[in-house]
Amino acid sequence: MIAPTPRAVIDAPFGHALVALGTRRPDVVALSADLSKYTDLIPFIKAFPKRFFNVGMAEQNLFAMSAGMARTGLLPFCTTYGVFATRRAYDFMAIGCAHSRLPVKIFAGLPGLTTGYGGTHQATEDTGLARLVPDLVVIDPCDATEIAQVVEAVAEYPGPVYVRLLRAGVPAVLDPAGYRFVIGKATVLKQGGDLGFISTGFMTERALDACAELARAGTAAGVLHVPTLKPLDTEAIARFAAGVRHVLVAENHVSSGGLASQVAEVLHGAGVGTPITRIGLPDRFIECGSVPTLQQRYGLTVDRMVAAAQTAY
Amino acid sequence: MNDSSHTEPATAAELSELRSRATRLRRHMLTMASGRGQGYLGQGLGIADLMAALYFHEMKYDPQNPKAPGRDRFVMSTGHYSIALWAALVEAGTLPAAELSTYGADDSRLEMSTLDTTPGVEIIGGSLGHGLGQAAGIALALKTQGSSARVFVELSDGEMQEGSTWEAAMAISHFGLDNLVALVDCNGIQADGPIVMRVEPVADKWRAFGWEARDIDGNDIAAIVDSLHWGRATAGVPHVIVLRTTPGKGIPTLERREKAHFVRIESSDWAQFEREFEALSKAPGGDAR
Repeated sequence: MIAPTPRAVIDAPFGHALVALGTRRPDVVALSADLSKYTDLIPFIKAFPKRFFNVGMAEQNLFAMSAGMARTGLLPFCTTYGVFATRRAYDFMAIGCAHSRLPVKIFAGLPGLTTGYGGTHQATEDTGLARLVPDLVVIDPCDATEIAQVVEAVAEYPGPVYVRLLRAGVPAVLDPAGYRFVIGKATVLKQGGDLGFISTGFMTERALDACAELARAGTAAGVLHVPTLKPLDTEAIARFAAGVRHVLVAENHVSSGGLASQVAEVLHGAGVGTPITRIGLPDRFIECGSVPTLQQRYGLTVDRMVAAAQTAY
Repeated sequence: MNDSSHTEPATAAELSELRSRATRLRRHMLTMASGRGQGYLGQGLGIADLMAALYFHEMKYDPQNPKAPGRDRFVMSTGHYSIALWAALVEAGTLPAAELSTYGADDSRLEMSTLDTTPGVEIIGGSLGHGLGQAAGIALALKTQGSSARVFVELSDGEMQEGSTWEAAMAISHFGLDNLVALVDCNGIQADGPIVMRVEPVADKWRAFGWEARDIDGNDIAAIVDSLHWGRATAGVPHVIVLRTTPGKGIPTLERREKAHFVRIESSDWAQFEREFEALSKAPGGDAR
């Protein structure tokens, strides 16, 4: 299920998966709000120039037009950055797309701390906002393998979807031969022991690396990967957490309102008393800076995760 | 089923028939609003003539098959104008007349604001500023699919204050959506009363965005029919019709009094409204004008 290391790096996995889908399905179209280059749509635009529509810097209209196209029998994949999708165009995502359960597939770039441009560009609370929209499926894929499978899965799903997009060179963490993404399903990538990471997005890759480090230090740790934040696989989360002595929730998102909040809610409801440590972003706007610096400063790196685990346990 | 293949706007006999239809739509609206004692009656009466011209003359629409892929679409952006859409759908036969009395009641399909779960409704309107963009997507999809169907999208003067309206206006022009006609109901009122933020010059704003524009009396059936026909005049360019309407049109007391967005009417008023309406609709011409 897990790909060998060193991990291969795949270029533009979203764009190439969309080309494969579009080749089979003539109803697939793509739209972007002036961010096609930066959301890996170029392969699709080259393959199907007449099936791509650039609406300019107009995120509200991006969703409104996508909704209109979805009503008329097309399958629109639309891209912008997460900050614009959720903060600027929320009503158009909620009422325009989700209220009618239209099959609009939103792929949102620059999730969390994947840009150094500061609070204007860092989508640090986007999945928290997205998962409050009724009927909207919310996915935070962890790698290139999963992104490709997500493209296929959301095309089959008949409703609206919000997907966090990892772009450009994306590592292959999961082995396509053994891993299968299913909407709403969490997957145990490594059985828990003393510690268990419950992770989403690219933090799953780091959780696996942290487990390897911890194993060398004599601590057994496991990973439950939760790519779908809504609908949440509550059963898998409760079962996994009940089997370890301490849970670390790891996410590239604010903990408050993020996966950590969701896990706490699940465990409380299920009567699972395993303590939780939150590895995620604080409830404030993050400064500008280089991505490695910011990720280190805010605890998203493997060594910081190992340290958090050792402090917790 | 209406056939939009006519080459001339309308004959005198057709115009007379449309005026009768508009009168019937207004009667349906009175039935709905008097049942609830409230509603967006002013707006509905104001666009009754437009609705008659669309559903009983211009649009290719089969009332028994409101989801037919080749249908012309009527996209109502101002969801709170639903009373006018219900009247048209009842008059066309898509919805049964027996439901008129349920307007705005619990569990009714005839909501105070449109939901697309009711047959004949294309989008969820009401969160203002959505309709034009959705219509853009519909029109672009139809073109992509090689369909000859047209899209008529109604929005209001107040909605011109929403930024999203102009995002959509720019895109519709950019993509050359000549299968779309925008219908801007300029009735001069919005939630806080008379238009609170200047929207004039309306037609010139659209022209600046690359549209062909006409500014007409929105309660003149002949002008409406002629303009809907004109709406396909220039290939590659979208058309907008600015309709100057009178809220409450057809009931003189309402025309004079109701400058408010949402109408609450005392029960004692209804008998008078009925009398005024019936007197006008039985006058020579019979068109409640």
